[in-house]
Amino acid sequence: MKMALKSSPVIFGWLSRLPRHFSTSSALAAKPMTVRDALNSAIDEEMERDDKVFILGEEVAQYDGAYKVTRGLWKKYGDKRVIDTPITEIGFAGIAVGAAFAGLKPICEFMTFNFSMQAIDHIINSAAKTFYMSAGEVPVPIVFRGPNGAAAGVAAQHSQCFAAWYSHCPGLKVLMPYTSEDAKGLLKAAVRSSDPVVVLEDEILYGVPFPMSDEALDSNFVVPIGKAKIEREGKHITLVCAGRGTDTALNAAKELAGSSGIECEVINLRSIRPLDFDTIARSISKTHHLVTVEQGWPQSGIGAEICARVMESPSFFELDAPVWRVTGADVPMPYTRSLELHALPRHSDVIAAVNAVLGNKISAASSQ
Amino acid sequence: MALKTGASVLRLNTLRNAAVRLLSTHTRPEIAQNTKHAEFPGAKAPYVTEMKFLNESSYDPIPIYRVLDNNGSVLESREEPNIDNNELVNIYKTMVQLTQMDKILYESQRQGRISFYMTNYGEEGIHVGSAAALSPQDLVFSQYREVGVFLYRGVTVTELINQCYGNHEDPGKGRQMPVHYGNKHYNLVTISSPLGTQMPQAVGAAYALKRQPNNDRCVVCYFGDGAASEGDAFAAFNFAATLDCPVILLCRNNGYAISTPTNEQYRGDGIASRGPALGIRTIRVDGTDTLAMYNAVKQSREYAIANNKPVLIEAMSYRVGHHSTSDDSTAYRSVEEIQKWTKDESPLHKFKKYLETKGIWDEEAEKTCLKESRDTVVRTMQEAEKKKRPHWKEMLEDVYYDMPPRIQKQMKQMEEHLKKYPDKYPLDQYQD
Repeated sequence: MKMALKSSPVIFGWLSRLPRHFSTSSALAAKPMTVRDALNSAIDEEMERDDKVFILGEEVAQYDGAYKVTRGLWKKYGDKRVIDTPITEIGFAGIAVGAAFAGLKPICEFMTFNFSMQAIDHIINSAAKTFYMSAGEVPVPIVFRGPNGAAAGVAAQHSQCFAAWYSHCPGLKVLMPYTSEDAKGLLKAAVRSSDPVVVLEDEILYGVPFPMSDEALDSNFVVPIGKAKIEREGKHITLVCAGRGTDTALNAAKELAGSSGIECEVINLRSIRPLDFDTIARSISKTHHLVTVEQGWPQSGIGAEICARVMESPSFFELDAPVWRVTGADVPMPYTRSLELHALPRHSDVIAAVNAVLGNKISAASSQ
Repeated sequence: MALKTGASVLRLNTLRNAAVRLLSTHTRPEIAQNTKHAEFPGAKAPYVTEMKFLNESSYDPIPIYRVLDNNGSVLESREEPNIDNNELVNIYKTMVQLTQMDKILYESQRQGRISFYMTNYGEEGIHVGSAAALSPQDLVFSQYREVGVFLYRGVTVTELINQCYGNHEDPGKGRQMPVHYGNKHYNLVTISSPLGTQMPQAVGAAYALKRQPNNDRCVVCYFGDGAASEGDAFAAFNFAATLDCPVILLCRNNGYAISTPTNEQYRGDGIASRGPALGIRTIRVDGTDTLAMYNAVKQSREYAIANNKPVLIEAMSYRVGHHSTSDDSTAYRSVEEIQKWTKDESPLHKFKKYLETKGIWDEEAEKTCLKESRDTVVRTMQEAEKKKRPHWKEMLEDVYYDMPPRIQKQMKQMEEHLKKYPDKYPLDQYQD
């Protein structure tokens, strides 16, 4: 199952036309690195560190990956550890699960997560449950990774977020990197995990450079699974987001700070499951307001889950207003570019949500 | 060729004709001498000027290998495997034990003592014949109707029944439906319900084995004629061939997928015909003939390991029992049809006759064996019913490698709750 998603000129041409800016305010730092290169170095370093690690998927070897994430790896590690497979998601996901049963540590690349639907039985019924079903005898250390969510102009069947789908399932860990540090550190943590991990990347972010600290450039750098990161501190309202939603939220926060003096605290979840609710709760007790931002659909989504956890915890009593969710529109992704833009959360949607939640208290809040 | 004498060319041609017959390609279009061969990347083949389509009847049916006839007599003495007498008796006793376990556990489900069961009648020869030809180190991916392999490997009746009853001695901690056995010690991968998922996984495991230095193990993957229709099956075949994996893909073609007969399952020549099409060495075997199964698996194993190549075996048999306890097969097949396979074509009948001819089995031994097997199952079942359930904490264990704090918290809460209200729960039924 594959379509011509490899047409990078279209995608990057589109990227250059994007009307909004990515949050690269700290790009002044010495060593910017694209998310693509960060992922590549994570795979390279983990393959170097542990020869049980190998990568398989469509076009990952000589072609260097449909999105060039595996660039150079086939040349370095050869056919044995960088395996191009026939076009059968159910086949290579099953192969990866079997190899993990037998002691290897596969990284299974889906050309996009949309195609992982063909293999979802292996991911959920086998990878996620086997450790439990084998009475703790058979761990399944495996990484399922690839671009997730909407890219640009690839319509309904290739533009959806699987964060809610996979995070629904006990036995799986689900990660969603935003920056290059996230991408490298989370992917390395995923490879080292004894559990099956779904790493939801973003095609648009692949080409975006982010600063990398010296620490992040080190081959021992990992980002702990289950810990969120506060991307921007603020006192008036908490914005919880992940992946590319973080970019939308940060853009909104920047504009709100400039135009209305509203200081948003932006929490990049990094890890969808396990979910770092403690960080969210601490922030709510400071800001007393909450908006969630995600690209996925609203029903049973990540925002819905966060709302439920707030309701079921003392955080509920900290709130001064109801929580608001900013999500993807509750429709299959339209192909038309103008509609596509409206079907995804924009920073203006986040600004509207923040204003609605803060309501009339904004003037009082900013005078404090 | 041009340098050969006319006579040898003639002989070669005769041989080639014989080979062509065997390969059943006699209906291919006539190909003239001096034909130009195409060199497409996807096919190297002769050009022809006659248009001819191939279909399922363009090929002779793939023959079925057997060693014994219906009376248990060896048809060709060179094909009789060299198995010592104790081992032959052990193979037969395992088959008897299997049928007795099936009989009693099936009834116990009917009496509401367990929730589900699947019998193995008619396929005992496939299980035990194949298991006997394997090394205990070979990794087995089974479907759900191969418990004879478990018994032969050394999994005890007690362990199997404890699994069906889900008590605290169930090696699977009572987490799965009955018959979903697994045993890491004996290299038997835990059974998965969705049909066919074990197939690409088996190939993946074989790939992992191949990577080990001086590998002397193979993977054996059992699946049914119905599972062979799953997308997983094609993927497994194609990957096994293209990744050069030491795996035996062993199809139990028992004629039915629940109620669907094979003539509604596929229109080609069974499952075996798919092997050569994908570049896999293939053989079709009489699955009611335990010795034929033994020979075929033994040679497949040697070939798979020596060459890092897959082998496909299609074992022809008949599912004598119902699909599962959720099924009554008399709704879709006649009693007469079933009877044929319980008598003349029974794998136990054939193998028993063979042992009797060799003078290592008689009616007396048969009686004792039946009684012992039945008693073992009945006694074990009664004990299994009395055993406690797994510790309640097991319901929270093993979801993640390290228990997340959220689950730890739930466990602590449950513990405190039970301490506070011990009289409200039947705690004495659970393992401490």
